Amino acid sequence: MTDLIMANAAHWLPIAFAALMGIAILAYVILDGYDLGVGILMADADDAERDRMIASIGPFWDANETWLVLAVGLLLVAFPLAHGMILSALYLPVLALLLGLIMRGVSFEFRAKTDGLHRVWWNRAFVAGSLLAALSQGYMLGVYILGLQTGWAAMAFGLLTGVCLTAAYGFIGAAWLVLKTDGALQAKAAARCRNLLWLAALGMLAVSVVTPLVSDRIAAKWFDLPQFFLLAPIPLVAVGLFVAVWLALRHLPAADDRWCWVPFAGAIGIFTLGFHGLAYSFYPFVVPEKLTVWEAAAAPESLMVIFIGACVVLPVILGYTVFAYRVFRGKAGELRYD
Amino acid sequence: MDALILARIQFAANISFHILFPTVTIALGWVLLFFKLRFNATGDQKWMDAYFQWVKVFALTFAMGVVSGITMSFQFGTNWPGYMKVVGNIAGPLLAYEVLTAFFMEATFISVMLFGFRRVPNWLHTTATFLVAFGTTVSAFWIIALNSWMHTPVGYEMRDGVAHATDWLAIVFNPSMPYRLVHMLLASGLTATFLVAGVSAWRWLKGDRAPAVLAALRTGIYAAAALIPLQILAGDMHGLNTLEHQPAKVAAMEGHWETGGHVPLLLFAVPDEKARANHFELAIPSAASLILRHDPAGVIQGLNDFGGKHPPVAPVFFSFRIMVGIGMAMLAISWATVWMLRRRGQPSVWLARALVAMTFSGWVATLAGWYVTEIGRQPWLVTGVLRAADAVGPVPANSIGLSLALYLTLYAGLLIAYITVIFKLAGKAVKAGKQAGLNGPALPQAAG
Repeated sequence: MTDLIMANAAHWLPIAFAALMGIAILAYVILDGYDLGVGILMADADDAERDRMIASIGPFWDANETWLVLAVGLLLVAFPLAHGMILSALYLPVLALLLGLIMRGVSFEFRAKTDGLHRVWWNRAFVAGSLLAALSQGYMLGVYILGLQTGWAAMAFGLLTGVCLTAAYGFIGAAWLVLKTDGALQAKAAARCRNLLWLAALGMLAVSVVTPLVSDRIAAKWFDLPQFFLLAPIPLVAVGLFVAVWLALRHLPAADDRWCWVPFAGAIGIFTLGFHGLAYSFYPFVVPEKLTVWEAAAAPESLMVIFIGACVVLPVILGYTVFAYRVFRGKAGELRYD
Repeated sequence: MDALILARIQFAANISFHILFPTVTIALGWVLLFFKLRFNATGDQKWMDAYFQWVKVFALTFAMGVVSGITMSFQFGTNWPGYMKVVGNIAGPLLAYEVLTAFFMEATFISVMLFGFRRVPNWLHTTATFLVAFGTTVSAFWIIALNSWMHTPVGYEMRDGVAHATDWLAIVFNPSMPYRLVHMLLASGLTATFLVAGVSAWRWLKGDRAPAVLAALRTGIYAAAALIPLQILAGDMHGLNTLEHQPAKVAAMEGHWETGGHVPLLLFAVPDEKARANHFELAIPSAASLILRHDPAGVIQGLNDFGGKHPPVAPVFFSFRIMVGIGMAMLAISWATVWMLRRRGQPSVWLARALVAMTFSGWVATLAGWYVTEIGRQPWLVTGVLRAADAVGPVPANSIGLSLALYLTLYAGLLIAYITVIFKLAGKAVKAGKQAGLNGPALPQAAG
C-alpha cells in the first residue's frame, strides 16, 4: 500500500499541493479581503466610526494575513519554479503589495498608540496601505489571467481587475461590518455594501468574459458539452447569491438584527464560486499555459514531508481559528488591551 | 550598480530590518509570561500593570516583524529564484513547517493575549501568552535550522545540480544548528531584557515610582545578568564549532593572515586585504591560539591558505569586535546594577542612565553577530553548494534600485516611529502615574 502511494506520489502530490494552495489563497482572499475592505472603507468615516471599524477587525487581521504567507509559502516550497517565474514577472506590483501591507500592518498598531496629528496620519497610512494592497492584488490577478503578458492591454485589464477586486474587498468588508456592528454605522455599511456589490459583480463578469477569450483551452473547458451543463450551476448560483444579498441589503438593518449575517455569508459564497471558477479554468497550469503543476513541482520526497505535516497541523489551525472567532464573537465594542 | 549587488543590498537591508523585531518578541513573550505567572502566584497588581505596559510594545513589535517577514517570503522568489531551484527541496519543508507550526499559532493567540483578558478565563489568557511565546521560539527553531544548514549542509545528495534530502534529522540538527540556536535565543533574551530594563530605567529617571516600573526593571536586569555569562560561553562554543566547519570565517574574525601558532588576539587592527596584513595592531600575544585551541602554541589556518576563497575580512573583523564589545558592556552594566539593587534596592542615577543608553544595545550586537556569520559565509550562499552570484534572478537592476530605495525610506521611517512610540508609551505611563500622585521627583540633573 505504502509502495503504491509513493509510486504515484509524483503524480498526486502536486495536485494535492495545488489544492492546498487553492484553499490557502481562498482563505486569504475572504479573510484578509474583509479586513482590507474595512481598511478601505475607513476612508469615509469619522473618528468614532474608525475606532469601531478597527475594533471589528483588530483580533483577526494578523491571522488573516498569515494565510497569504501560507499561500506564497506553498507556492515557494511546492512549485519553486513557478514562484520564481510569477513573482519576477510581477516584481513591481508585488512591491506595491508589500509596501501596502507593511504600511497598513504597522499603522494598525501605531494609530492605537499615538494621538493628535500623528494619529490622523497613521489613519491615512492605514487607508492608503489597504487600498494599495487591494489594488495591486487585483492588478496581479488580471495580469496572471492574461498569462503574465506585458503591454498596454494587459496593464489596462490589470487596472480593471484591480479596481474591481478593490470593490469586492470593500463589498465583503462592508458585509463584515453589517455583521459586526450596529446602529448608524451598520446602516451606513449596508448602504456601502449595496453600492459596491455592483462593481464586484462587474469585475466577476469581466473576468468570466475575458478568461475564455484569452485561451482556447479554457474556452473549451467551459463551453464544450457536456461540461457546459455540468458547470452552469457555478455562474447561476453566483448570480443568485448576488441577487439574494442585494435584496437582503434593502431590508437591513432589520428589527432584532435578524439576517445581519446574510451579506457576509453571501459574500463568502460569491468569493468561493468565483475562485472555484478561476481554479477550474487554470488547472493543471500553475503558470498559465506555460508550466503545469507537475512540471513546476519540487521533489516528491520533500513534498511528502510537508504534506504529512500539513495534514496534521491544518486541522489544528482550523480548530483554534474557530476558537478565536468564538472568543471575539458578537458586535465589536471598544478594543481594550486591559 | 549591477543587479547582483543591488539584490544583495536589498536582501541584507530587509533581513536586517526584519531580525530586529523577532529578536525582541522571542524573548519578550517569555518575559510577559513571567509577569503573568507572577501575577497569578502573588495577585500583586504591579505584575499585571507591567504586563499591560509591555504587551503593547509586544504587539507593535510583533506587527513590525509580521509585515517585514511577509516581504522576505516574497523576495526568495523575486530576487533569488536560483536558491529555491537548487536547495528548494531542503529549504521548502523547513519554511513550510515554520508557517504551519508557528505563524498561525502566534497570529491567532496574540489576539487573545492582547484583547482577551476580560473575555476568557484567566487560565486561558495565561495559556494564550504561553502559546505566543512558544510559537515565536518554534519559529526561531525552524528558521535557525535552515540558516544553519546553509552554513553546514549535511543529510542531502546532489542529483542533476539539485539538492535532495536523504536524512531529515541530520538536516534539522546539522552541525552548527544547536550552537547557533542557543546563541540566537540568548541574544534575543539579552535584547529583550535590556529593552525592558532600559525603558524602565528611563521611567525611573523621570520620577516614575510605580511598583510596576521597579518590578520590570528588576526582572530585566536580573535576567540579563544571568544570561550574559551563558551567552559568552555559548558564543565561545559557537566559535569553536565555526573553526571546525568554516575555518575561513574564523580567520577573518581574527584578522589572521598566515597559518601558524602563537596567534595573537587582536583587540584592535585595520585589516588590509590588498596588503594582506593588518595596520595599527593592538594585540594580546598567543591569546587567540589559547581561546581557539586551548594551547598558546595552537596552529590556526590563515586567510592566505584558503586559495583565495575567503570572505571579505574587514566587515567580519569589525562586526565581531562590535558584538564582543557590547557583550562586555552588558556584562559590566548588568552585574553592577544587580549589585546596586541588592545593596540599595534601587539603581543609582548613573547606572540608570547607562541602562537607558543600552536600551537597544541588543539590536546592535545581534546585527553585528549576524553580519559576522553571514558575511563570513561568503562567497557561498550554501557552503560548498551554491554561490550567491548563481542564485540571483532576472529582475533588471533599475527595478531593484527602485524597490531598494522605497524599502530603505520606509524602513528608516518605521524604525524612527517605532523607537519614538516606545518611549511615548512609557511617557504616557509616567504621566498617568503623576496624575495618580504616585511619582517622586524627576532626576534629570541629579548627581549619582
